[in-house]
Amino acid sequence: MSNLTAYEKVAAARGNKRPMGGYFIKNMIDNFVELHGDRRYGDDGAIIAGVGFLNGEAVTVIGMERGDTIEERIKRHFGCPTPEGYRKALRLMKNAEKFNRPIICFIGSSGAYCGIDAEERGQGEAIAENLYKMMGIKAPIISVIVGEGGSGGALALGVGNRVCMLENSVYSVISPEGCATILWKDATKASDAADVLKLTAQDLKEFDVIEKIIDEKDLTSEEICSNLKNYISEEIITLKKMSKQELLDQRYNKFRKIGR
Amino acid sequence: MSLKDFFKGLFGKESKEPRICKKCNEEIKYSDLKANHIICPNCNAYMRMNAFERLEAICDDETFSPIDEELTSKNILNFPEYDEKLEKAKKATGLNEAVVCGTCNIEGKKTAIFVMDSAFMMASMGSVVGEKLTRLFEKATAEKLPVVGFVTSGGARMQEGIISLMQMAKVSGAVKRHSDSGLLYIPVLTDPTTGGITASFGMLGDIIIAEPNALIGFAGARVIEQTTGEKLPKGFQRAEFLLEHGFIDAIVERKDLKDTLSNLLAIHTIA
Repeated sequence: MSNLTAYEKVAAARGNKRPMGGYFIKNMIDNFVELHGDRRYGDDGAIIAGVGFLNGEAVTVIGMERGDTIEERIKRHFGCPTPEGYRKALRLMKNAEKFNRPIICFIGSSGAYCGIDAEERGQGEAIAENLYKMMGIKAPIISVIVGEGGSGGALALGVGNRVCMLENSVYSVISPEGCATILWKDATKASDAADVLKLTAQDLKEFDVIEKIIDEKDLTSEEICSNLKNYISEEIITLKKMSKQELLDQRYNKFRKIGR
Repeated sequence: MSLKDFFKGLFGKESKEPRICKKCNEEIKYSDLKANHIICPNCNAYMRMNAFERLEAICDDETFSPIDEELTSKNILNFPEYDEKLEKAKKATGLNEAVVCGTCNIEGKKTAIFVMDSAFMMASMGSVVGEKLTRLFEKATAEKLPVVGFVTSGGARMQEGIISLMQMAKVSGAVKRHSDSGLLYIPVLTDPTTGGITASFGMLGDIIIAEPNALIGFAGARVIEQTTGEKLPKGFQRAEFLLEHGFIDAIVERKDLKDTLSNLLAIHTIA
């Protein structure tokens, strides 16, 4: 385990070169076919979604992605999903349910896209609908926080039977900068805010919000990806043994017991 | 239990004092406000109702019975200034938390009801608010009751960190199980409803009602302006804006709320 401070982990999670959803899909999923659009209004570049094979198992995979180049980042609006992104994700989860395919979600975003247009098209409604419908999807769901898990915009893909985090990823109700501004009227105190928010993978494991931490220390991206792939594969085998009702109950009870 | 017993006179004492309308800055005598549904008689602004006033306006006399009222929040993250904030909120409102849950009759129809009170830490949702709402929906599911909820909130409660965020999923799950049982849920969105509450149970009703001019949105208006540099359109994130964009069913004036709810409950009564 690394000895990074909470805020160093925030920095690592946001790291310019840190692999996001696109990397994991590319390196984990065979014969991946990207599927576009929400069938309502548009196609969101911040969410890459599609179907393929994971160790021979047909899966639906949905990942947040911000892009590498500045052009790509603008196109993907820096990885902040719009309502269309959440609706595309939900559409493909319903499709996975129909064909009885496990669903894998990769989460890494500073938060849901913030803009006049996103509000006009119901950003709140889109996230709410995902939380609600994901609770009823009759297929295994595994959510992985790979970067910054930014509040409701992250949770909208996070209602899984299993939720795990990479060692240096973070998951929080508010950004440390936002928290510092509210608490001390000083965004430069974000490092202190990161400590009080208890947003590291280790904190969340202690709170029983996540089941598993995937090690990162001294490992290459390829090795991390391979270990994560093994973990997901094993969990899919376990979850596939459960009946549809057991899957729903396990998912409901997992969240039901938090803050009881 | 009567409402007055429930609140042990806390509101009775407080509420007789005049209030200042935030829109026109006029000081209004409480009796005048009360006679006008807590709407400013001077400028017609909808002033925020506290939990007592809301329950009194909606529940039939002597029918409200609270549930889980004893639950209070703990400072699970040892978050700075949280204990003090909780104490202050309790003192100011006489409530143990930002939501009051219970059952009541609305024109004789038994209903599970929740009322959020923005005077309690902006009615933000921590573990106790999430737990009380979840239990209310679970109870309503078990007893086959509709749920009517008066929603107002600044969002998930920062002071309980990730535990607050997870309440959004927890409550949404309970709303789904209630809905899957064929039962009716009507949220009434009041000023202001923002952040994680809009992005969870605020938007999950069979029928979503809002009060006129209520602020309803996900991202904060100031944050949007600062992030995008765009000028916000007139009436942005107000109830009328949401109605125009198709995200709520109806805007109902306060004086008509009880009748409208009663009518909708009757229409949805399973014969």
